[in-house]
Amino acid sequence: MIAELTNVTKRYGDVIALDGLSLGLEAGRVTALLGPNGAGKTTAVKLLLGLTRPASGTATLFGRDPRDVKARQRTGVMLQVANVPQTLRVREHVHLFCSYYPNPMPVDEALAIAGLATVADRKYGALSGGQKQRVLFALAICGNPDLLFLDEPTVGLDVESRRGFWQEVRRLAAGGRSILLTTHYLEEADALADRIVVINNGRVVADGAPHEVKALTAARRIRCVTSLDDARLAAMPGVQSVRRDGAAVELLTSDAESVTRALLAADPALGGLEVSGAGLEEAFLTLTAGGSR
Amino acid sequence: MIARVYALEAKYEFLKLLRMPAFAIPTIAFPVMFYALFGVTFGAGRVTATTTMATYLIATYGAFGVIGASLFGFGVGVAVERGQGWLTLKRATPMPPMAYFTAKLAMAALFSVIIVMLLFGMGAGFGGVTFPAVTWTRLFIVLVLGAIPFGAVGLALGYLAGPNSAPALVNLLYLPMSFASGLWIPIEVLPPFMKAIAPFLPPYHLGQLALGVIGAGAGAPAWTHILALAGFTAIGLGVAMWGYRRDEDKTWG
Repeated sequence: MIAELTNVTKRYGDVIALDGLSLGLEAGRVTALLGPNGAGKTTAVKLLLGLTRPASGTATLFGRDPRDVKARQRTGVMLQVANVPQTLRVREHVHLFCSYYPNPMPVDEALAIAGLATVADRKYGALSGGQKQRVLFALAICGNPDLLFLDEPTVGLDVESRRGFWQEVRRLAAGGRSILLTTHYLEEADALADRIVVINNGRVVADGAPHEVKALTAARRIRCVTSLDDARLAAMPGVQSVRRDGAAVELLTSDAESVTRALLAADPALGGLEVSGAGLEEAFLTLTAGGSR
Repeated sequence: MIARVYALEAKYEFLKLLRMPAFAIPTIAFPVMFYALFGVTFGAGRVTATTTMATYLIATYGAFGVIGASLFGFGVGVAVERGQGWLTLKRATPMPPMAYFTAKLAMAALFSVIIVMLLFGMGAGFGGVTFPAVTWTRLFIVLVLGAIPFGAVGLALGYLAGPNSAPALVNLLYLPMSFASGLWIPIEVLPPFMKAIAPFLPPYHLGQLALGVIGAGAGAPAWTHILALAGFTAIGLGVAMWGYRRDEDKTWG
């Protein structure tokens, strides 16, 4: 493991951000931390970077305390930053960050990878939103890191820039770098990662290859009014969860067709039938509810 | 390699602020402009039997300039970079944290040198100020060293204020404190209640130290002012350290 959180709990006041979370990152892999806003993704990253301390549990980076310079010299970090000093030029920002690392890339190489060669002498304040995001990317990679942290790297990018960014991340991964990416887009996790860890309310609710996680989140919601009781509904093949909502009942399933057929066969008086896609958020909630039972 | 980080950090800190008109212009122009207004125009008037207005005010506007560069450079700089998440990103890199703070101190000292040299030039050129070389040198050193205590006070403000409120907070403290400490017009002509509160204000002590060098101080021994400034430095650093720790637990995500 090149980075590891072991049974970590973190609170902000009364709010529990991480609740006994364990997570290990293996070398050479792209891991995506996927979850809705407030799930605890950024907190997990900040613990691994030594920017905040766990209330209980341990965080290690390359087997060391994450605050150890030796560990930090092997990592590159892209965090969500509201603003960067505006009056320094792109090249100057990268030059300074290169100086923090023992074996940095040449400044021009980092600028080229981040697609900033043509605006290298422009001041940060004069850049477009997408270019600003790329400066943060350049600062993350310029130290030649073994492990790259990308916290919501494509927030605010248009579709085209996002795809261009994915290309660069894939190239870095192909070069053998390990990457931890946080995102709330399943599509982004699927496009980049070879492992997706879904977290919600500070806990891991799913962990697997992208196709496994996608199957979990491919759930559909069936809503109907029926005289069948909950136990009978829950026992139907393919039903993941049962929830009462007034007179109606809501079932989550990954096989809506079979479940609907079974429902109609079992209860000829069934009414108010609706089938809809369960969004990612809802899929997360189901996964979380499953975890707490 | 470490020395290179410190040097580059300081270089870019200076460039960053030099290119920021909202910082560079008032920080350098205000003390110089005020000195031209009061020091050169009314320069021939006497504050004490042996000291002209032009001579007296070179020490106090020197202190005023150094304090401004330090309070704004540290206070507003740290508050903004902290509030926008920039400092968090830098803390996640292998940058030695002291490089960040040392760079801010070096920048404040460098701006102080610029301000003090401009004032010295004006005093000697237009205010008829004459000192022996050793006095010029000592005055220069005392003023520029003032960047240390006021850097510490500024750092504390940077950890107390938010990115948007910092400039207002610093101005609100800087301008009235400087006036009440006798940096704008000699403390001798201020009303008695101001004279009474002045010793509780940090700028008073840097002003008095500088005036002591040119033989125009209010009379307290230099070590009392040094002690007071050391006390304000310790308080400032203590508050800043508390704020640094608090930041570690505040960030939400």
